[in-house]
Amino acid sequence: MGKITVQTDNFDIGAEIEKIRNNRVDIGAIVSFTGTVRDTVGDLDAMTLEHYPGMTEKELERIAADAHKRWPILDCTIIHRVGRMEPGENIVLVITASPHRKAAFESAEFLMDFLKTNATIWKKEATDKGDNWVAAKSSDDDALNKW
Amino acid sequence: MADILYFGALKEQLGTAEETVDLTSDIKTVQDLTVFLKKRGGAFEHAFESSIFIRAAVNQTHAKFDAPITNNDEIAFFPPVTGG
Repeated sequence: MGKITVQTDNFDIGAEIEKIRNNRVDIGAIVSFTGTVRDTVGDLDAMTLEHYPGMTEKELERIAADAHKRWPILDCTIIHRVGRMEPGENIVLVITASPHRKAAFESAEFLMDFLKTNATIWKKEATDKGDNWVAAKSSDDDALNKW
Repeated sequence: MADILYFGALKEQLGTAEETVDLTSDIKTVQDLTVFLKKRGGAFEHAFESSIFIRAAVNQTHAKFDAPITNNDEIAFFPPVTGG
């Protein structure tokens, strides 16, 4: 099913891709997506992510299993960070590997779309005007329609 | 006794992360539980006033409000998720 981790520590994107390659020769395509903390208007001090331990991992496993059913994925990695992160820091990493690029691209996007709407994680922003919980976007729900 | 968990903005609004509730025979679904919690008044009444802003999980699986619940279950309430 691949590696699924929720952790406070940062991750090494290159090292995670190498773990997927693992000297195997049947992979023809590896796609990786990294989500980072964005400071759009220049007022963000930090972002703190809270999650539902146990359920988050279960949801990510379920989403990864769905992706494996829909595409010929040879391996995948999902790492989601929780805790405090500053602008520019890594939040989430999704890597998919398959024989051909289409399955790798599509499954990576599928994993991210379902992660955003199903993984039990909540973001709170600390800005110079105070703290506020990030509101869910209906465009994230809409993104599921194409699957 | 059922374990009830709250996360995110809802947890802050209620001022509690976890509690145990004895699900009496009239509390058969997630919806019934929200009605029971709302009757407490105060922050609970306010938070559960409009359930369109609240999602639920039963035993760590996303659940609809008509999902059945028992005293052996772990039930969680939280706002729509914002990870990724």
